[in-house]
Amino acid sequence: MKHGLIKAAVLAASLGFAAPASAQDSILNVSYDIARELFEALNPAFIAQWKADTGRDLTIDQSHGGSSRQARAILEGLQADVVTFNQETDIDVLAEGGLLPAGWRDALPNGASPYYSLPAFLVRAGNPKNIRDWSDLAREDVAPIFPNPKTSGNARYTYLAAYAYGLEQNGGDHAKAQEFVKAILSSVPVFDTGGRAATQTFAERELGDVLVTFEAETGGIAREYAAQGFERVTPSLSLFAAFPAAVVAENADKKGATEVATAYLEWLYSPEAQDILAQNFYRVNDADIAAKYAADFPEVRLVTVDEVFGGWDAIRAEHLADGAILDQVFVNQ
Amino acid sequence: MQTLAMDPTRNRLMPRLLIGVAALLTLLIVVAPLVYIFARAFGEGWKVYAANLMHPATVHAIWLTSIVALIVVPINVAFGIAAAWAVARFRFPGRSILVTAIEIPFSISPIIAGICYLLLYGRQGILGPWMQANDLQVMFALPGIVLVTMFVTAPFVAREVLPLMQAQGSEQEQAALTLGASGWQMFARVTLPNIRWALLYGAVLCTARAVGEFGGVSVVSGNIRGQTNTLPLHVELLFNDLNATGAFAAASVLTLLALVALVIKAVLEGRRGA
Amino acid sequence: MIHAAAPVRAKRVLPGFTLSLGTTLLYLTAIILIPVLALILKGAEIGPARFWAIVTAPRALAAFQVTITAAVIATAFNAVYGLLMAWVLVRYEFPGKRILDALMDIPFALPTAVAGLSLTALFSANGWIGQFLEPQGISIVYTIWGVALAMAFTSVPFVVRTVQPVLEDLDPAFEQAARTLGASEGAIFARVVFPQILPAWLAGCTIAFARSLGEFGAIVFIAGNLPMKTEIAALLAFIRLEEFDYQGASAIALVLLMFALILLVVSNRLQAWAMRFKGI
Repeated sequence: MKHGLIKAAVLAASLGFAAPASAQDSILNVSYDIARELFEALNPAFIAQWKADTGRDLTIDQSHGGSSRQARAILEGLQADVVTFNQETDIDVLAEGGLLPAGWRDALPNGASPYYSLPAFLVRAGNPKNIRDWSDLAREDVAPIFPNPKTSGNARYTYLAAYAYGLEQNGGDHAKAQEFVKAILSSVPVFDTGGRAATQTFAERELGDVLVTFEAETGGIAREYAAQGFERVTPSLSLFAAFPAAVVAENADKKGATEVATAYLEWLYSPEAQDILAQNFYRVNDADIAAKYAADFPEVRLVTVDEVFGGWDAIRAEHLADGAILDQVFVNQ
Repeated sequence: MQTLAMDPTRNRLMPRLLIGVAALLTLLIVVAPLVYIFARAFGEGWKVYAANLMHPATVHAIWLTSIVALIVVPINVAFGIAAAWAVARFRFPGRSILVTAIEIPFSISPIIAGICYLLLYGRQGILGPWMQANDLQVMFALPGIVLVTMFVTAPFVAREVLPLMQAQGSEQEQAALTLGASGWQMFARVTLPNIRWALLYGAVLCTARAVGEFGGVSVVSGNIRGQTNTLPLHVELLFNDLNATGAFAAASVLTLLALVALVIKAVLEGRRGA
Repeated sequence: MIHAAAPVRAKRVLPGFTLSLGTTLLYLTAIILIPVLALILKGAEIGPARFWAIVTAPRALAAFQVTITAAVIATAFNAVYGLLMAWVLVRYEFPGKRILDALMDIPFALPTAVAGLSLTALFSANGWIGQFLEPQGISIVYTIWGVALAMAFTSVPFVVRTVQPVLEDLDPAFEQAARTLGASEGAIFARVVFPQILPAWLAGCTIAFARSLGEFGAIVFIAGNLPMKTEIAALLAFIRLEEFDYQGASAIALVLLMFALILLVVSNRLQAWAMRFKGI
C-alpha cells in the first residue's frame, strides 16, 4: 500500500516537472529582489525576439530574493541557468563553487554588467526633513530605511557609498568614516532581508524618513506610489553599482540551455532592452538611449569600488568578513 | 451538557459577563483577521479579484499546493494508521520513545525542519555530492517541498487515531481473527470502520496544515514563480510585488480552504460523538 | 494528544506487528530522524567553544530573549483566554455557541502566514483596530507585543482543546456538594474545579508555549524584524542561513530543537498526569 503511494508520488512529481520542459526552450533567471517589474517588462520582449530569430518558443522563469540569498540557493542546488544580480561578489561565490568559470566578467561587455545604478534616496512628500545628502542620514532626527547589509547586495552598496562619502568628507580618515557609517546604521529602525521588504517598510508600513535603495527602485516606487508624493533625491556622491549577469554554466550545460541563456544576456545590451531598462530607471551604456532618458537621471559624481576600496576582494576581506569593519560598525545587527 | 451555573437562583450576571468577554476577544483576535482578508481581497471589486485569481502564477500556486497535499496526506494517513496500530496494539521496548518521536515535528519550528533538510539534501549537504553524481534534485523542487511538508504534518493523523485505538481495545479484532478472518480482512472490516471518523478528522487537519505550511517550505522552495511557489509563499511574493490586493486574494483562497476544513471537521465531530 | 500511558496487554496474536512497526520506523527515520541528525551532525562540527560563542553573541541572546519573553506573554494571555473559552464553551448554553466553538479551530486551520499578514494590517497604526490603539500610545505592530499577538493567535486552541474535554468529564457531584455547603461560585471554581483541571491546563499551556517558541510564518510579517528588539530566534537562524553562515544557523537551530524536545517531554508528563483526572 505504501509502495503504491510512493510510486504515485514519484509519478506525480515527474508529471509535474516534465510537462513544461519538453517541447520548448526554458531558462530560469535567478535575480535580485527589486528586479521583479524589470524582468516582467524585459522577458516578453526577448521571448518575441527569440521566436523571431529561431522559431522556437521560450519560457523564462523568474526567482527573486536578496542577491546573496539567491546565490546561496544556487550553491545548494537551485537550477538557475542565468543569474542577474546586483553584486559581483555573489557571482564570484558561484564561481568559487565551481558553477561557472572564474573569468565570467570577460564573457560579456562592460565587465558583464549590461546596466548599472547607484544608491539614491526616496523621501516623503515635500521632503519634510530636508534630506539632501549622506550627511543628513547621520542626523539624529532622521531614520533611514535600508535592508540588512549582511543579506542584501542593495544594502551593501548603501553601506559602501556612505563609507566612501565619509572618507571623502574626512580627508580619507578611516576611523572617522567608520564613525559616520556607524551613526547611520544605528538609526535604522528595521533591517529587512531584501530590498523589496525595505521598500514595503517605507511605503506601506510608513516607517522611517528616507528609503536608501538603488536609484532604479526609487524611480519605480515614486511612480508606483505617485499618490503619496514620494520624492527622489540624488546625493552629491554615490557608488557605481554594476549589475552583473552570467550564465550558470553547469546548470545550463546540463539542461542544454546554454545557447538561449547566452543569447538572453547578450540581448540585454541591445537598444531594445536598454530602452526598457532606462524606462525602469536603470542607467545604461547605450549612448542614444542614455540621451533619450537623460531627464530621468540627475547628474551625480560616481566613484567605483576599485577607486575607493581597491576592489571587491579587498572589500570582502576588510569590510564583509566575520568580525571585519561592517561587523564593528553594524552594532545593532 | 451541564448547566450547573444556569441555576436560576444564582447570579446571572457572571455568565453573561464571561460569555461577553470571551466573544469579544474572539471577535478581535480570530474573527477580525478573517473578515479583513476578504475585505481586502474584494476591496477593488469582483473583477480585480477574479483577475488576481486567474493569473497564471496564482493558478499554478494553487495547483502546486494541491499536488503537495494530494501526495502528503495519503502517505501520512498510511503512516498514522501504522504508527497507531503498532503503539496501541503491541508492547515493545522503546514504545514511549517512539510516541515522543512522532510528536517531534509538532514542537519544532518549521524553519528548523527546512534547515535540517537543506543540511541533508542541499548541494553542499551531507548527501549533496551523491545526489549530484546521480543527478537527483530534491531541494528547490517538488520533492523537497513534499518532504518538508511530510515532516511538518507527520503527527497529525497518528495523534487523532492513536488515542481512539487505545480506548477501543482490541476485543473486536481478536474476535474477527478467531472467526477466521485474515489480517487484512480484519483491518478492512473491523479496524478501519472503527477509526474512520478519527482518521478523516486527522486527514482534514493534516490537509489544512499541509496546504498552509510556510516557514519550512520557504527554506527549500527557491521561490521560482510558476514552478516551486506554493500558495502561502505566493501570498508573500505578491505582497512583496506591491500587489497587496492580489496577496489578499490568494490569501482568501487559503482562508476558504481553512473554513471548509472546519466545516468538515464539525460534521465529523458530530458523527464521532454519535 | 498522544501519550504512552494506558498500557496495553501484549497480545502478539494480532497480526501486522512487523509491518506496522517497520513502516512507522522507516517513515520516522527517513522523514524525521535523519534530517534532525543532519542538523546535530552539522552542529557537532562547530565545536563547543565556537557553538557557545555563537549562541551567546548579543544578537543571538537578544533573539532568544525576545522569543521567550513574547512566548511567555502570549502563553500568559492564552492561559486566561483559553481557560475562559473552555469554561464558557463547556458550562454555558447561549446562541452562537457552536460557532464560537468552531472559531477556536481557525488558528489551527488558517495558514500562519495569512494570519500574520492580516493581523499586521489590522493592528498597524492605520488599521481597523490599530487606529484606536495608536492614539492611546499603544503600538502593537513592529513591537514585541505584535510578536506576542501572533504567537497568541496561533497557539490559543492548544489551551482550549486540552482543557475542554477534562472540564466536560468533571464529576458534578463535588461542585454540588460544595454548593450545598454554601460555597460561593468563586470559591467553588478555585477550590473544586480548578485543581481538577490544573494538569490539563498546564499541559495545554506548555504546548502553547512550545508552539509559540517555534512560530515563524505569522511573526515575520508583524514583528518588523529589528535585530535586538523584535527579531525572533527562528528568524535569526533563517537570516544566518541567508548570510551563508551555516554554523550560525545550525547552532541556533539546535538550541531551538533542544527547547522543543524538553518542552515535549514536560507536556507529555503533564498529560499523563492529566489523564488521571479524565475518566478513561
